[in-house]
Amino acid sequence: MSDAIHTTVDAKGLSCPMPIVKTAQAAKLVPSGELIEVFATDAGSVKDFAAWTRSTGNSIVEQTEDDGVYRFVIKRA
Amino acid sequence: MDDKPLAIVLFSGTDDKLNAAAVMASGAAALGRPVHVFLQYWALDAFRADRIKNDHGLAAEAGAEGKAAVEALQAAGQAPWYETLAMAKELGNVEIQACSLSMDVLGIEEKDLDPLVDGTEGVTAFYIAIGDGQILFI
Repeated sequence: MSDAIHTTVDAKGLSCPMPIVKTAQAAKLVPSGELIEVFATDAGSVKDFAAWTRSTGNSIVEQTEDDGVYRFVIKRA
Repeated sequence: MDDKPLAIVLFSGTDDKLNAAAVMASGAAALGRPVHVFLQYWALDAFRADRIKNDHGLAAEAGAEGKAAVEALQAAGQAPWYETLAMAKELGNVEIQACSLSMDVLGIEEKDLDPLVDGTEGVTAFYIAIGDGQILFI
């Protein structure tokens, strides 16, 4: 594994559940231990990503918000 | 997350309810949960290959204000429900079956349906397929 971002998902402007759906799709192609970076503007995505990672075994290693844009860095299980 | 299937009995054929069903299906698929959609009546009619992209209207309670809100979301680039369902099928284990009774009632044959639909089944096959999974009726 490396600390570099393996894949970035730009889900800005997409409504629920597209940020999760796009991330789940992208995650299929990301090897275990690698990092996925996600940008989203859907306010529900904070709880959705927490729930999705808990349920799928992936983990959120970084989470920030800047002017309505949420950024998640997720480590692939 | 348990792996019990989520069954969606999709009866309504307006775009808002079809979209609600597509959202529920894709969310479950993202969690790795099997989804089984059973199309009845007006929902089935909306899955005709030559009508799926039509404007199917909104539920009566939407009113003018609701219609404007939905149109604004579409203008902002929200994916139509059939695209959301196609993504859900790519993502996970999502099966879409037509109710055989509704096929008869509406005079629809399998060749008339959009390829999103995997086949036709009766209600007994539906219950066997979903086992003790949860059922949503939309």
